[in-house]
This record gives sequence, structure tokens and C-alpha cells, in this order.
Amino acid sequence: MSTATITPKGPGTLRGARLPKWSPYAIAAGSIALAVGIGLAGGLHSRVQWGLIAAILYVVGTYAIATAVEGKRQAKDRIATSLVWVAFLLAVIPLASLVWSTVARGLKVLDVYFLTHSMGVVADTEPGGGIYHAILGTLEQVGLATVIAAPIGVLTAIYLVEYGRGRLSQAITFFVDVMTGIPSIVAGLFILSLMLMFDMQPFGFAGSLALAILMMPVVVRSTEEMLKLVPNELREASLALGVPKWRTILKVVLPTSIGGITTGIMLSIARITGETAPVLLLVWGNAFINANPFEGAQASLPLYIYQQYANSAGSGAAYDRAWAASLTLIAFVMLLNLVARGIARWKAPKTGR
Amino acid sequence: MAKRIDVSGLTAYYGSHKAIEDISMTVEPRSVTAFIGPSGCGKSTFLRTLNRMHEVTSGGRVEGKVLLDDEDLYGAGIDPVSVRREVGMVFQRPNPFPTMSIFDNVAAGLRLNGNYKKSELSDIVERSLKGANLWNEVKDRLNKPGSGLSGGQQQRLCIARAIAVEPNVLLMDEPCSALDPISTLAIEDLIGELKERFTIVIVTHNMQQAARVSDRTAFFNLAAVGQPGKLVEIDDTERIFSNPSVQATEDYISGRFG
Ligand SMILES: Nc1ncnc2c1ncn2[C@@H]1O[C@H](COP(=O)(O)OP(=O)(O)OP(=O)(O)O)[C@@H](O)[C@H]1O
Ligand SMILES: [Mg+2]
Repeated sequence: MSTATITPKGPGTLRGARLPKWSPYAIAAGSIALAVGIGLAGGLHSRVQWGLIAAILYVVGTYAIATAVEGKRQAKDRIATSLVWVAFLLAVIPLASLVWSTVARGLKVLDVYFLTHSMGVVADTEPGGGIYHAILGTLEQVGLATVIAAPIGVLTAIYLVEYGRGRLSQAITFFVDVMTGIPSIVAGLFILSLMLMFDMQPFGFAGSLALAILMMPVVVRSTEEMLKLVPNELREASLALGVPKWRTILKVVLPTSIGGITTGIMLSIARITGETAPVLLLVWGNAFINANPFEGAQASLPLYIYQQYANSAGSGAAYDRAWAASLTLIAFVMLLNLVARGIARWKAPKTGR
Repeated sequence: MAKRIDVSGLTAYYGSHKAIEDISMTVEPRSVTAFIGPSGCGKSTFLRTLNRMHEVTSGGRVEGKVLLDDEDLYGAGIDPVSVRREVGMVFQRPNPFPTMSIFDNVAAGLRLNGNYKKSELSDIVERSLKGANLWNEVKDRLNKPGSGLSGGQQQRLCIARAIAVEPNVLLMDEPCSALDPISTLAIEDLIGELKERFTIVIVTHNMQQAARVSDRTAFFNLAAVGQPGKLVEIDDTERIFSNPSVQATEDYISGRFG
């Protein structure tokens, strides 16, 4: 009999012993205190070591206490939860400290003057100057790169998902994969070799081309995933109404996935905005304002940061400017991410009443 | 409006897999024809060959003839897009367009085809929603998203969307399989009304439903798993359910098979 294997239990067996709600916090506090104690006693200098000891104590402690009180199965559940928390903290701590140190150092010289003036003839060692020329250059180069890469990328993805069959689409997928792996310096060298062939001087648009090469595969990949998420039933519903395929794609498939596609493009813009290597090779950098991306060297934010930092010897005016520019760059990228989220939420298919 | 469908020698493939073989039948205009048969015998496949939706699936291929009145749907130079405007379809799972409002869903076929007069649009939408027995439930929220309706309402929305383009034939693939008895009844009543204007083909696993709504019934079966499905017989519904001419049909209807 199968019922024989079930051990008879008294009333209320569905409610086993539970640790109180506050127990994870208590265990966390206890393991931190213990870790500090061990650190002091053992003479460990690195706070990182203290943190790691606390993390290990927290996971082990949770498991031990939960096993003792709640039993094995709940203990496994709790150990998974505590591991996720530890991993989350490990990921957040570097991010938070990065943002913190950038804000702390960057705010020193970041003001309206800094954002609206170029370096001009200000020497690296002198205070003053600004990043207007670099912001302008970054916006133009990234903007042009997006104008090139986003349409090509989206159209490629549409081809691959909606039309692609057989050899050609396999070949395209392969090349997109290969392109994803191109190091940014190689993309820069590729454009540079073309420039040298035609005996051209550095200019902003050359940088845009290299950035477009880097951006395109990211756009293709993210758009592809978004298009695949559109249920086939919607395409069939539209086709069965006698709507031609291209109109179905334009009016049904794209509107359904536009939020995700835009998010993907925004994130890929954020990614190329920080690229330094190709810009260094192709755009060169310029202390003066050059609003024309098609002629003459331009500045750009990541390049400005690199050059200021390289010339600063670790302190002084150039050092401060490098951090302020970094803060601007991070703020810009975060803004893009926020805009992307906003668009995704705004354009998401509505389900409510 | 309603047109006769004449199928002869129709065989459909998925890649190299032959799903249905050598099917011939006539579907009368202004009538309801029900397809019944065990799962996997190719009812949906056959239904989708009737408006050239079969070739939308990758590897989908069809041999044979489907005459709509006197025009071969698979003849040379026939545009599948215009075929689908004449032969509409309602799917098993309700699939309203999630980005569109209720109004836009019904108007979708006309808008996306681009052949309509602006002034007529709201009339057509109202007429179609009334035709699908949905008007009273949604008339106050035409601008709300269509996916916010209940399953049964969504299915009727899809029917309204399909009849808004005034097709000659309406194909329905298990339109009630996800619905409660009340919505099912509403849709069955609707089918009874729609057959005044359209030729209707409905796939169903519900014998009572087939008996209730259809004038003629076709029974499909397959010899064995992996074999292509075949049409066993098609006859007046009354005859199929009282005195079918093939033993297999009687076994299937009365629940004795295998
Ligand atoms: N997209 C597809 N690709 C390959 N084979 C398919 C596809 N769709 C259906 N088939 C095959 O075609 C045969 C008929 O399938 P079909 O969906 O027409 O059956 P059905 O009678 O509608 O079944 P059900 O009553 O379960 O809906 C089955 O053997 C099925 O495996
Ligand atoms: Mg089916």
C-alpha cells in the first residue's frame, strides 16, 4: 500500500517550525560583528577580507541555524536566498563605490562654465577650461554612428527573423557573431587603413564609422531577440486578414516590439559612447571647438578623459577635469538608460483595462 | 457574397512530412460545415489550405485544387493576400493585436489593407461588433486595449475583426475550445446568424457542437500514427450522427475507437 509509506503525523503538521521574519537581519548583523572580531584579532588589514569573511559566515550561519530550527529543505531554500543576496551585494558594492568616487571627485570642477567652454589654450597644468568641445564631438560622432548603425541593424534583424531562410541568413548570422567579437581597436584600425589609403586626415565621421561597426551587431542581436518575442499568432492573425507581409511587419510586428527595440538601441548607444580606442586613432582629439564632424580633428568625452588623465600625473587641474568629465559621461549614459526604460514602459503592449 | 468551395485531390506537406492526403469535398455556400476527427488527423492543416495560410508555416506545401466558386486558389498568378481577404479565419486561441484598442482591432483589417473610407469606418466597426454580439459589452470602452477583455470577449473580438473585412468564407479553428459554456453558446448563436451571409467552416472536438451548429459534417481520420490524415466521409450532419455510411465514423462519434 502506498499510504503505508506516509508517516502518520499529528494535527497541525503543515505548519512546521519557522525562523522569525527578522532572523536574516540578525544573522547578517551577527556575522558582520563576528567578521570584524576575527579581522581585529587576526590583524587582517584589508576590509575586503573582512567583508568576505562576513559573507561566508552569513551563508554558513544561515544554513546551520535554518537546519537546526526548520529542517533540511527549508535550509536549502534559505541558503539559495542568502547566496543571491551575497551575490547581489558583491555586484552592487563596486558599482556604488565607483559612482561614489566619481561623484566625489568629479563635482570639484563640474559647473556650468565647465560644461559650456572648451579647453582652448588652457594648458594641462592650469585650472580652468571645460568640456564643451568634447560633449559636442561625442554627441556628433555617436549621433552619426547611430544614424548609420540603427537602421541597418534593425533592417538586418527584420530580414533574419521575418524573411531569412537558408544559406544567406546563416551567413549573415555568422558575420554578425564575428562582428560582435571585434575589439574596438581593430574596428578603429580598419577605418584607419582606409583613411591612409585615401590619404585623409583625422575627422569625426571616421570615428562614427568605427563606432557604427561596433554598434551594428549589438543592435542586430537585441532587435532579433525582440522580434522573436512577438507571438507568431499575431503575424498569422494579420496575414489571415489579407494584410501583405511587409505591412504586417510594419504595422503589427514592429509596434508590438518597438519598446524593446528602442531599448536595445539606447543601450548600444550607451555602450559606444564610452569607446576610446577608435576615437583616439581616428578623431585624434582637439582642444578647440570643431563643430564639423566631416573635417578636422574633434574631441570626445572618453578621449578627453584619457588625455587629461594621462597628462595629469595623478593630481592637479587636469586630474580634476578628467574626473568631472567622467561624471558627465556616466550621467549621460545613465540618462540614456533611463530614457530607454521610459520608452520601453511607454511603448509596452497594454494589458490593463 | 457567400461562395462555394470545391476541393479536389488536395495533399498538404510540412517539409517532407505528408500531413493530409488526397482530400476532395464540396462546401456549400450559406451553410455551416463542421470538421471532426481525432487529434493530429490534419483538420487544422486542411482548414489552413483553404485560405493559403498553410504556406505561411515554413516548409508548408500544397498539391491539388481548391476552387472558390470557379477560381482555383492555387492557380497560377493568384495572390495569396487577396485570397485571404476573401476567406477569413478565426483561430483557436484568441489573438487580438496587443498594441491596438478594441476599435482599432476591429478596424485593423480595413486599415491595414488601406481600402476604406474614413467616414464609413466607425459604422463598419459598430456593425461588426454587433454582428459578433460584442457591441453592448464594449461600446463604452472602444478605446481601451483589446487584450483587456475576457477570453470569450477576445474571441468574439477576433470574429468581429474577421467579419469586418466582409470575407466570403469564414474558417474557424476550434473557436470555442478555450471558452466557458455561455460564451460558447453566444458564439454558436453567432455562427447561426453568420451563415446567412457567409460560408462557414468550423473545426471542433465537441460532437454536440458539431451536431448543433452544422448543416454538414466531415469526418477525418488517420490510418496510423505517422500516416497522412484522410477524409473518411462528408454528409448531412443529421445522417452522420444518426446513420453514417462508414463504420469508423460511427465508432468515433459514439466514443468507440481503437
Ligand atoms: N507546423 C508544423 N510543422 C510540422 N508538422 C506539423 C505542423 N503542424 C502540424 N503538423 C503535423 O501535421 C499533422 C496534422 O496536424 P493538425 O494540426 O492539422 O492536426 P489537427 O487535426 O488540427 O489536430 P488537433 O485536433 O489536435 O488540432 C500532425 O501530424 C502534425 O504533427
Ligand atoms: Mg487543430
